[in-house]
Amino acid sequence: MRVAVITFPGSNCDDDCHYVFGDVLGKETVSVWHREVSLPTGLDVVVLPGGFSYGDYLRTGAIARFSRIMSAVADFARDGGTVIGICNGFQILCEAGLLPGALIRNRSLRFICETVSIRCETTGSILTQKLQVGQVLRVPIAHAEGCYQLDEGGLQRLEDEGQVLFRYCAPDGTLDPAANPNGSKRSIAGVMNAGRNVFGMMPHPERISEKVLGGVDGRALLEGLVGL
Amino acid sequence: MQDPTITPEMVEEHGLTPEEYERARRICGGRDPSWPELGIFSVMWSEHCSYKSSRVHLKRLPTEGPRVLIGPGENAGVVDIGDGQAVCFKMESHNHPSFIEPYQGAATGVGGILRDIFTMGARPIASLNSLRFGMPDQPRMSHLVTGVVAGIGGYGNCMGVPTVGGEVQFHPSYGGNILVNAFNLGLVPSDGIFLGQATGVGNPVIYAGARTGRDGIHGATMASDSFDDEAMEKRPTVQVGDPFTEKCVLEACLELFAQDLVVGIQDMGAAGLTCSTFEMADRAGTGIALDLDKIPLREEGMTPYEILLSESQERMLLVCTPDNVDAVLEIFEKWGLSSVVCGEVTDNGRVHVTHGGQTVVDLPASPLSDEAPVYDRPQAEPDTLSERRRLDEAQIATTAPADDLLRLVASPNLSSRRFIYRQYDHMVRLGTLVGPGGDAALIRIVGTDKAVGMTVDCNGRYVWLDPREGAAMAIAEGVRNLACVGAEPIGATDCLNFGNPERPETMWEFSEAIDGLSDACTALGAPITGGNVSFYNETDDEGIIPTPTVGVVGLVEDIGDDWANPSAAFVADDHIVALMGDPAGETLGGSEYLFTLHGQTAGVPPRCRLDAEKAVSTLCRTLVRSGQVVSAHDVSDGGLLVALAECTGCHEGAVKIGASVSLTSSESRTCALFGEGGARIVVSYPAEGAAAVEAAAQSHGVPWLILGRTGGDRLAVDVVAAGEGASIDVAVSDLYTEWANGLVRSLGL
Repeated sequence: MRVAVITFPGSNCDDDCHYVFGDVLGKETVSVWHREVSLPTGLDVVVLPGGFSYGDYLRTGAIARFSRIMSAVADFARDGGTVIGICNGFQILCEAGLLPGALIRNRSLRFICETVSIRCETTGSILTQKLQVGQVLRVPIAHAEGCYQLDEGGLQRLEDEGQVLFRYCAPDGTLDPAANPNGSKRSIAGVMNAGRNVFGMMPHPERISEKVLGGVDGRALLEGLVGL
Repeated sequence: MQDPTITPEMVEEHGLTPEEYERARRICGGRDPSWPELGIFSVMWSEHCSYKSSRVHLKRLPTEGPRVLIGPGENAGVVDIGDGQAVCFKMESHNHPSFIEPYQGAATGVGGILRDIFTMGARPIASLNSLRFGMPDQPRMSHLVTGVVAGIGGYGNCMGVPTVGGEVQFHPSYGGNILVNAFNLGLVPSDGIFLGQATGVGNPVIYAGARTGRDGIHGATMASDSFDDEAMEKRPTVQVGDPFTEKCVLEACLELFAQDLVVGIQDMGAAGLTCSTFEMADRAGTGIALDLDKIPLREEGMTPYEILLSESQERMLLVCTPDNVDAVLEIFEKWGLSSVVCGEVTDNGRVHVTHGGQTVVDLPASPLSDEAPVYDRPQAEPDTLSERRRLDEAQIATTAPADDLLRLVASPNLSSRRFIYRQYDHMVRLGTLVGPGGDAALIRIVGTDKAVGMTVDCNGRYVWLDPREGAAMAIAEGVRNLACVGAEPIGATDCLNFGNPERPETMWEFSEAIDGLSDACTALGAPITGGNVSFYNETDDEGIIPTPTVGVVGLVEDIGDDWANPSAAFVADDHIVALMGDPAGETLGGSEYLFTLHGQTAGVPPRCRLDAEKAVSTLCRTLVRSGQVVSAHDVSDGGLLVALAECTGCHEGAVKIGASVSLTSSESRTCALFGEGGARIVVSYPAEGAAAVEAAAQSHGVPWLILGRTGGDRLAVDVVAAGEGASIDVAVSDLYTEWANGLVRSLGL
């Protein structure tokens, strides 16, 4: 098992992902600079970490998707490789067309950092295989642009194909507009592609993977990803 | 373009007195300075850069300790935490720019303190901030609060440095002069500290980072002046921040340090290229020859004066050996940054600057700092002091303690700060064990069993009423806050915000405050390793209440697998609630009760009892570390009743536990409930551990008063006091509702 964490200029959760996949989960983890033209060989998982690639001065992820490494990531995904984008990584995957939809400014127009409840919507993916449908996780978010947007037809296709991974919810699992922190359509917090190998989520599982940081709800996801 | 001929009016516009100008001419070897040289004297001898009014007093602060590796004088202090690691920290003000343009002022304040930290070789791992505003209903205040908070978040979040705590207070005296004090702490290998020294004659000098523009020219001089009606016209002197560029500068510098490619490095902060050049040469006892034609510029036609004095952000000056130049430039190029060799270290002790082949500056490096003016300004105790200290307690007695409690917890000063810290990424870098809302922040050092505690504190009302005791109390409160998360103090930084130093009353307050800080830092083992002085916090002759903010840093060395993060709030039913420390000495003078419910800042504030503070904090951190107490919360603003409210309903924890408490006091009931006194901490613990805890208190000589038990969903307090008693019984949910909505409501958001 080999994991690569991509660093774009402005990525700031790359060290965190490297630490959690490498030290906490004990998997071989390599760093890849965005200017590389190819990914290291023998990779199983590619991680696009959170942060502010290129400062997010244009649309989030809009410049990073043109980074040299992104065509290698797209090839890797097309060949069935596992790719996960967390927060800014999710935004980049949407911009790159590897995931459907887009992420716009939070409804409040403010940055929001806090631990929220999300509900697992499917166990039909390696990311969520260790969960139960309807299971509620407590996972931190930290973003200014996490409001998920997609046209109605696209949303219906996501629902029909079971591509919605998580929705923001109340602590008891019910869907409640007040528990949707950023105004996302249908409270969506994470989605996957039709091939079920490319994942994007705004919450940060790597921030809640050790007991000392307040819980291990995120760890179950990452363990699923690396086959633990 | 022809430089203007220097006239006395221009000298005055540059903030130099006729005597200072004569001194400048002497340093120039008897000639008039050139136009750029006049600008250099102006910024280097500004209050902000030269500390000319404070220097004689700052010498009295204790700056040494067993762990101190670098004290004041460098970009930031460094304190050893063992096993080859050290922490580097400092706090700085960005008050004047933030009042004029809150978002950019606060953002660049964060950017500046971050550069100070990583310049030393450290990776910044946590930020705090201490903010002061006028009352929410004063003009522009809601705009200033939201702008400052968004600016701090906008910069820190993008940098990937968590903002893990801080404090915000409101007082009418800040209505024309808000305070924005930013603290940062970084982690550095103790053998990998870099200094701002231009050593090695012949070594190249490299400019790196953002291009130089016309922004922020004379920012340091502005920060050394009072405001008047025309303050808003100073907007062009506020710098504009670019956190993305700074993030790239940070990562590039850390790569340079890791490969040991740097001889000396300094960021360009206040006074820009000028200050960094002169300081780096001065510290090394060398000179620097600088070619302005090499400096990357943002716009054409900039004059030497503008290039030298620009305060454009995100720029660094560094020195390396000639054989490392290519490697240095390559790393900056990797991060998409400009870098260029712009000069050379020389042996003649002079800063020599050319532009278009012409010499535009030729000055000796050291005299600009060594011979900078130093003033021992006149001091006088304010003649209104006895007036300030008058308080008739009978006039302000509580008639409805439960209602008063609900109003207090909803007040601007005591209500929930969630609206603010929710806008700060406080979790990135995976270190945050205790974040915003705790007594102190506690950040683990990933890969070790260590954690670093940090807190910022100051009660300006106490300082206004008694500068010496009030300043000492700031340190004492910081140490107490650290004790609540189990951390032992190892160092401190100060950010001294005062009014106009040319007023004898301000200088008296400043001098008294220094003595108070000095006593407390010595007694409590927290040497000052660096900081900042901000004078001239004054608008239309109205000064702020003096606010010597301190950041205190502590260490926990033994976080093992069974470590439970300390809680300020009660954690379970049926635990014993106790008050650690002697309630004697509590008073309503300067209290939050008096300010919030009676609109007064008056009376004699609590004395800082350093022996009691030391004993209480030592005991508390021992019991927190061993897990013998399961919650610990310091009694400060609002007194015991507010502290109990904060342990029960007024916190963001998922579970809220009530308590039943009774109390006997020889004071008035108002004082017993709302009096403030320091050296007290509310703790809770399971009954089965009571004997051991009480024995520990006895052996430390700390008074221990059992107050009651946790449990239920109400806070019930019975007090028997001199005069009359009281029974308070409030639903924990009501406390939470008032507290949670207070700030947002008062700001009208």
